[in-house]
Amino acid sequence: MARIGVLIEEKGGEVKKTNLGALTAARQDAVNEVYALLFGDHAEACREVLQRYGAEKIVAIRTPEPNPASFPEAQASALCHAMDAFRLDALLGVAGQYGKDMLARVASLKGAPLVLDCLEIDLSSGIVKKSHFSGKTTATLRLNGRPWILGIRPNIFPEIVDHRKAEILTYRAPIPNSKRLVIRESRQGAAGGPDVSEAEIIISGGRPLGSAENFKILRDCAAVLGAAVGASRAAVDAGFAAHAMQVGQTGKTVSPRLYIACGISGSVQHFAGMKTSKIIVAINNDADAPIFGKCDYGLLGDLFDVVPALTRALGSGRTE
Amino acid sequence: MKIYACIKHVPDTAANIRLLGAMDFDETVKFIMNPYDEYALEQALQIRDQEGGSEVVAVTVGKESAAVTLRSALAMGADRGILVKTESYFTDSLETSRLLQKAIEMDGSPGLIFTGKQSVDTEGMQIPFRLAALFDLPVAVNVTAFSMAGGTVTVEREMEGDVREVIEMSIPCIVGAAKGLNRPRCPTLPDMMKAKKKELKVVNRADLQIQKPIQTVELLELQPVPDRGRGRILKDSTENMVHELLRLLRDEAKVI
Repeated sequence: MARIGVLIEEKGGEVKKTNLGALTAARQDAVNEVYALLFGDHAEACREVLQRYGAEKIVAIRTPEPNPASFPEAQASALCHAMDAFRLDALLGVAGQYGKDMLARVASLKGAPLVLDCLEIDLSSGIVKKSHFSGKTTATLRLNGRPWILGIRPNIFPEIVDHRKAEILTYRAPIPNSKRLVIRESRQGAAGGPDVSEAEIIISGGRPLGSAENFKILRDCAAVLGAAVGASRAAVDAGFAAHAMQVGQTGKTVSPRLYIACGISGSVQHFAGMKTSKIIVAINNDADAPIFGKCDYGLLGDLFDVVPALTRALGSGRTE
Repeated sequence: MKIYACIKHVPDTAANIRLLGAMDFDETVKFIMNPYDEYALEQALQIRDQEGGSEVVAVTVGKESAAVTLRSALAMGADRGILVKTESYFTDSLETSRLLQKAIEMDGSPGLIFTGKQSVDTEGMQIPFRLAALFDLPVAVNVTAFSMAGGTVTVEREMEGDVREVIEMSIPCIVGAAKGLNRPRCPTLPDMMKAKKKELKVVNRADLQIQKPIQTVELLELQPVPDRGRGRILKDSTENMVHELLRLLRDEAKVI
């Protein structure tokens, strides 16, 4: 039996949806004991959803620092202590922005092996898969020495209900806070909307969009689809879209179930960032665009006609 | 102040990766400086230019061929370069961090260390954090804005959904650069000529007095990810294409 910790992100008692897939991933072996680790006062509020997806212990971590959210170093140190206290064999989390930061801090403090953005994990052998060169190749890696720290790519592990009865344990981490690093402020940037790295559907635009204003047709379509809006490197470099929206080898690597590329020719570096999508749709008015050679469905037409028509059809489709 | 920029020699993102055997690839493709490291180096150079008496040292861990990328860092404006030579292309992240740390430590006392937020080849995303733990320094990664006043660095980092966090750190510290931080300069021909005369030191593991290599994460195999074939291409009126697409997405692919 292995004791697997899962780093839980919650806001006001609501557990981030992608975290449930991490619980399922931790649960893969029925003999594993799954510990959900979280900071703050919402353990009770989170209990129902955490136990529904397989958590048996919920560890509410308290720090001497009253506001650990502003002190990533204090959080990382507290997690290390909690892992020792509960003798966890592995710590799993979602490799979103928070997870990538926190899991790397924990692994570094422990000198432990870390693999982020895992596509597959095997908790009995410590063998995992992840992309190398973005989506161009898949690497099989083995973690040597415990504990293993693993960040899974958002959306890769679907959450599966596995009812348990979860006990809440309070853990007081005995750590002073150095305060040499503090998060002073958190604010919404200009792009807004859901993030491409966690979205299940993405509609992306390339340089032919022509301006930042024209991205509105993608945002309108995204609103009816429940999608996030992405952009190619060319569109970002031209100033039409924010860096946070860039999909590709030098942007975000994404694995949504549906990726709609509008006016994107399909460069090697763009494909590296989205080729693990389940379904790829290309909308392009150039019949010779390379993307038509490696997509599931292609629409040969002007994106300024096709995208609004798609938005209308989706909007009306709901009431049909 | 001594400012270190950790950079990596990686295949161009436009290159296709052709695998040779289980753990090697065709390294004759074009190589570049890891794109995120360009932002890191540019920031280091800007600070040096503002602060008198500062020096930028570019450091890399890699095969002998990585000297080319170190030379381009010198052309961009780094004062000196250090190459920690390894035998194989892929190195464990903790091992790479130990080599970087030792090389930096033997060279001087860092005021700031810049890295890219991740490499575009192995995408380990952990070097800045590992370095921070080894040096016992604060670190912030995914940084898109940087300023420095007194003994404090203020950075902005990107979180999900375009949320920006403002972080303050005491100096010395480590910063992992992301796109948007600055516009990396392009070296001119005279810059490249000048770079040829700058110091580029090559050190071996033995020179760093590190015990045997460690492998916390071991590469077992690389496999190609095949592109999907040519898709079903619809050519019709806009309305008909959209109607057919929605039918395919609902009934065939079942993704909406």
